[in-house]
Amino acid sequence: MSNGFGKIIKTMQIDKRLLGMVGAFVLIALVFHIATGGTFLTPRNLFNLTLQTASVAVMATGMVFVIVTRNIDLSIGSLLGMVGMVMGVIQAQILPDIFGFGSPAIWVITVTVGVLMGAAIGGLQGWLIGYLAIPSFIVTLGGLLIWRGGAWWVSKGTTISPLDPSFVMLGGATGTIGVTASWILALVGSALTVFFLINTRRSYISHNFAVKPLWAEYALGAVLVGAICGITAIMNAYLVPSRILERRFKAGGLEMPEGYTEAYGFPISVLIVLAVAIAMTVIAKKTRFGRYIFAMGGNPDAAELSGINTRLLTVKVFALMGALTAIAGVIASARLGSAGSSLGELDELRVIAAAVIGGTALAGGVGTIYGAILGAFIMQALVSGMGMVGVDSPLQNMIVGGVLILAVWIDILYRRRTGER
Amino acid sequence: MTTPLLEMRNISINFGGIKAVDDVSIDVMPGEVVGLLGHNGAGKSTLIKILAGAYQKDSGEIYVDGKKVDIRSPRDARKYNIETIYQTLALSDNLDAASNLFLGREITTRFGLVDDTKMEAESRKIMARLNPNFQRFSEPVRSLSGGQRQSVAIARAVYFNARILIMDEPTAALGVHETAMVADLIKELKAQGLGIFLISHDTREMMDLCDRVSVMKNGQLIGTERIEDVTEDDILSMIIMGKNPKRDAA
Repeated sequence: MSNGFGKIIKTMQIDKRLLGMVGAFVLIALVFHIATGGTFLTPRNLFNLTLQTASVAVMATGMVFVIVTRNIDLSIGSLLGMVGMVMGVIQAQILPDIFGFGSPAIWVITVTVGVLMGAAIGGLQGWLIGYLAIPSFIVTLGGLLIWRGGAWWVSKGTTISPLDPSFVMLGGATGTIGVTASWILALVGSALTVFFLINTRRSYISHNFAVKPLWAEYALGAVLVGAICGITAIMNAYLVPSRILERRFKAGGLEMPEGYTEAYGFPISVLIVLAVAIAMTVIAKKTRFGRYIFAMGGNPDAAELSGINTRLLTVKVFALMGALTAIAGVIASARLGSAGSSLGELDELRVIAAAVIGGTALAGGVGTIYGAILGAFIMQALVSGMGMVGVDSPLQNMIVGGVLILAVWIDILYRRRTGER
Repeated sequence: MTTPLLEMRNISINFGGIKAVDDVSIDVMPGEVVGLLGHNGAGKSTLIKILAGAYQKDSGEIYVDGKKVDIRSPRDARKYNIETIYQTLALSDNLDAASNLFLGREITTRFGLVDDTKMEAESRKIMARLNPNFQRFSEPVRSLSGGQRQSVAIARAVYFNARILIMDEPTAALGVHETAMVADLIKELKAQGLGIFLISHDTREMMDLCDRVSVMKNGQLIGTERIEDVTEDDILSMIIMGKNPKRDAA
């Protein structure tokens, strides 16, 4: 890019890979929008798309760390299934007897147990990899079989349904925060973004580092705030179907006022993705733990010689992956309102694909959280778009497979040109 | 006689039945440069890695300022201000200069987060002293030249106030100009009172920089001599023949 636009992007210091992925997403969305006769880029479809992507997106952020440290985790789909199943049993068969159906304590306890269990199992796998030096491919391939078997064993092959209403809020369309809260959130998010930009610039100036021209800062701020408000507007534009509202009023013994409408706003599961994304980005960029993950990925010997305990680091990375898998399990089972023993099947491949499409290098040392999340959205947009157009499911898989290979090839070409390995 | 800054006494280590280092004793005084010479596989790097905490010795003792110390990991070595610059330039290629310089010892803000701007500012300060031409602070070190990478590795040792510096072939990958720069730096650090172990194949360079040389062959110490007491030929014959000409003559 040597034209004016390229110069602008360079001055604003925007990652070109990010730009490429956003471009790919927009392209896919536009193609499907036209192919479906204008139903893809509607608030309803975009709302559902984010709901469907949430679970894979959460896991993809953890997979970035796993792959950056030159490992792989094939067990997460099965782990999600087993943890989801255990959480299903706890909330549907044990806790209601103690707290009563629908008590908030149910989701709190269920999620806590699930996350601890995910972290423990992930940590165990990490210990086998880090301390016993068994390749992660083998340990987690074993895990794929073991935990899927575990899921069957917990439920004897049955599906646990319905799940507790307090829990279902965490993954489905029943759990949204409404219009007002969504706008408040957007305002807070925008304010924090602007504050962050100003703070970074101040800190650069105080150390006499070069800073971007002021117009670039304003433009960047405008783009970010615009994106936040745009997404919020979309979420707030999807109206709750009137028969659901009628039913809700009736349940309260009231008559629905004429012309009454209500929009969904942000689903809780999307807010979970957002929180995970922010937390994982901070970990990656701003903590020693994250710094060591990337150092180890770049040169394990150098990391070791710098006094970093790479074995313990491996345990922590896999434990974190396990905890995120449990959170993804919460979202996935809550969205379906049930926990079946096939929950999460093939998710490991979707998650790895999302991370890799998002620019995570399998050679280690390179990867971003936002990239993985965008990768997850691109994959899901492709799958759900093809479904809307009426592409058969076997053909869908073939196309997704082809796109994965194509995306990685483009990434390799890009890296070669920029001199990365 | 003053106490050595660092002393390794009767160090041995086995790898699968082979004695890589066999009952070797070396020491270094403050403000002294001790050269370690020998063929590939003579055990120099192994000996030095024991001191740096990368390998665990099977027997022997290490003393810092005359006090016995226990070095089991690179972290322990750093605790005693022992810094190492490795032959392979132990840098993480995907991180920038400041991240590498502070790797394992990051500066953090009061919230416990890594303070990248502070670390870059500190890196700029130290690099201004070591290699004033160095400007590429925000790029991954993979894109730097051999000399630039070496100055990052040296900056890492210097910044953290090393008292004992181990340099494993610091000039092997460098051009003439950069080699001279490293030599000047070694002299400067020596003047500041650091004890330096220098490993190199270049005997001429060693004659120029070292106060004493210790020669190793097949894991054993052939001898340690003051540089003014020997000729370059004497050293070469120690390396090749494994014989100490002075001692044999006596």
